[in-house]
Amino acid sequence: MKILVAVKRVVDYNVKVRAKADGTGVETANVKMSMNPFDEIAVEEAVRLQEAGKAKEIVAVSLGVAACQDTLRTALAMGADRGVLVETDVELQPLAVAKLLKAVVEKEKPDLVILGKQAIDDDFNQTGQMLAALLGWPQGTFASKVEVGAGTVNVTREIDGGLETVALKLPALVTTDLRLNEPRFVKLPNIMKAKKKPLDVLKPADLGVDIAPRLVTLSVQEPPKRQAGIKVDSVATLVDKLHKEAHVL
Amino acid sequence: MSILVIAEHDNAALKAATLNTVAAASRIGDDIAVLVAGHNCGAVAQAAAQVAGVKKVLVADAPHYANQLAENVAALVVSVAGGYSHILAPATAAGKNTLPRVAALLDVAQLSDVIKVESPDTFVRPIYAGNVLATVQSSDKVKVMTVRGTAFPAVAATGGSASVEAVAVAADAGVSSFVGQQLTKSDRPELTAAKIIISGGRGMGNGENFKLLEDVADKLGAAVGASRAAVDAGFVPNDYQVGQTGKVVAPALYVAVGISGAIQHLAGMKDSKVIVAINKDEEAPIFQVADYGLVADLFTAVPEMSKELDKLKAA
Repeated sequence: MKILVAVKRVVDYNVKVRAKADGTGVETANVKMSMNPFDEIAVEEAVRLQEAGKAKEIVAVSLGVAACQDTLRTALAMGADRGVLVETDVELQPLAVAKLLKAVVEKEKPDLVILGKQAIDDDFNQTGQMLAALLGWPQGTFASKVEVGAGTVNVTREIDGGLETVALKLPALVTTDLRLNEPRFVKLPNIMKAKKKPLDVLKPADLGVDIAPRLVTLSVQEPPKRQAGIKVDSVATLVDKLHKEAHVL
Repeated sequence: MSILVIAEHDNAALKAATLNTVAAASRIGDDIAVLVAGHNCGAVAQAAAQVAGVKKVLVADAPHYANQLAENVAALVVSVAGGYSHILAPATAAGKNTLPRVAALLDVAQLSDVIKVESPDTFVRPIYAGNVLATVQSSDKVKVMTVRGTAFPAVAATGGSASVEAVAVAADAGVSSFVGQQLTKSDRPELTAAKIIISGGRGMGNGENFKLLEDVADKLGAAVGASRAAVDAGFVPNDYQVGQTGKVVAPALYVAVGISGAIQHLAGMKDSKVIVAINKDEEAPIFQVADYGLVADLFTAVPEMSKELDKLKAA
């Protein structure tokens, strides 16, 4: 089985993001960038399937600016075999990403595609579902367990009331949730090895895909800040204030 | 403007999230239809027809809609989408699963987690865990979006008198099937609908200790939630998680116990009306958003709170 994983370069999850003063976007200059945490889980799952003898090859794909090569190298250091970068400076929205990934999938012909359920920058939670729709494939989103069988994959999904399991015919698409696995730390020798693994660079035009954004961001603002309230010195005071002052008890 | 709302339900009852989504739809226009896709879901369709502001209910009743498989429901939505300018679904696990498929099949973008309608083509949505709000304009012919329930007070569940009509059932895509589910059983209110929530974090130490919170929750008619750390540690199931990628809640009272207050958690609860933090670390970031903070060991404070609530009730 061949697995394709998609990885996104995002502002690191520890960074407290700020809106630019002119409201045109968020401040990303001199900000630490990392692989989207959900995509790390996707790479880890693919590598585990390979280690379990279920997968032969793992191709990692990233889309965006040239620096996404760093993100791909991280995926290669975790265990992916090859990298593909679709390089563009154009702002990519989920529909465009899904169309580009569809073109890559049609070239690479994987049996399983694994992506993070959402990117922690734009918080869209769309790309996997859109890609599955464009390919006409079944999807197992928000996965907490992936079991590959003969021609099928069973995916346990985190839903609002608990867990649900669906059976999907391969080829299929999975998006990861937090409890699927705990991604490994990358070791130095693997980082060195990753530098020698193949990494192809394509342009959107090579794939014949229209990537024009459909949504225009008119402004980006920080929401009103919540003010810290008061500290109380005892549980009795707390309950009294919630009752008499805040009127919520 | 003609708006289609995808109903959230379990074949037996219409879920409250639908009422919030109809509320968002009513900010766009007043020609609102609700699609109920399910199996043996007649009661849901009747309930949807009572919802204030709904003009028409479309029902697709077939076995392959019973479990809301995205492949089948998305194909159905696309088959009835003609003529609608907007397609809305609640930003629930089901809505998030299905609606991007609909958007892709219609070749349009999707707006996720809309919290404000500025105009029929311009909407506000949080990005970066809600640290910033983006005002976004769509140029697509059909606007497809998921709606954050906490941002739109629910319309009345009764008072409407919509017509109910059956729509043609699309074929079963045949590529996916439902195997089973493990739902958390609880007599407490659902997190997203609760007026009071008491949540525990890593500081709870283990799952057993959540009983302390359950005891207080039952006295308050509250729901019990958790931070990601507590879920990852296996203290409680995934459906307890409040945060950027879990549930987003905005109750009248949110009590955070042993939760440090990572930005990812704050993203899920900072719109609560009153926030209480109980934490032994006075430097914990949760105190920066709390209306009332108590620096204390939760293992003495929570049982004490339970006793104080008894006194309050007796008074």
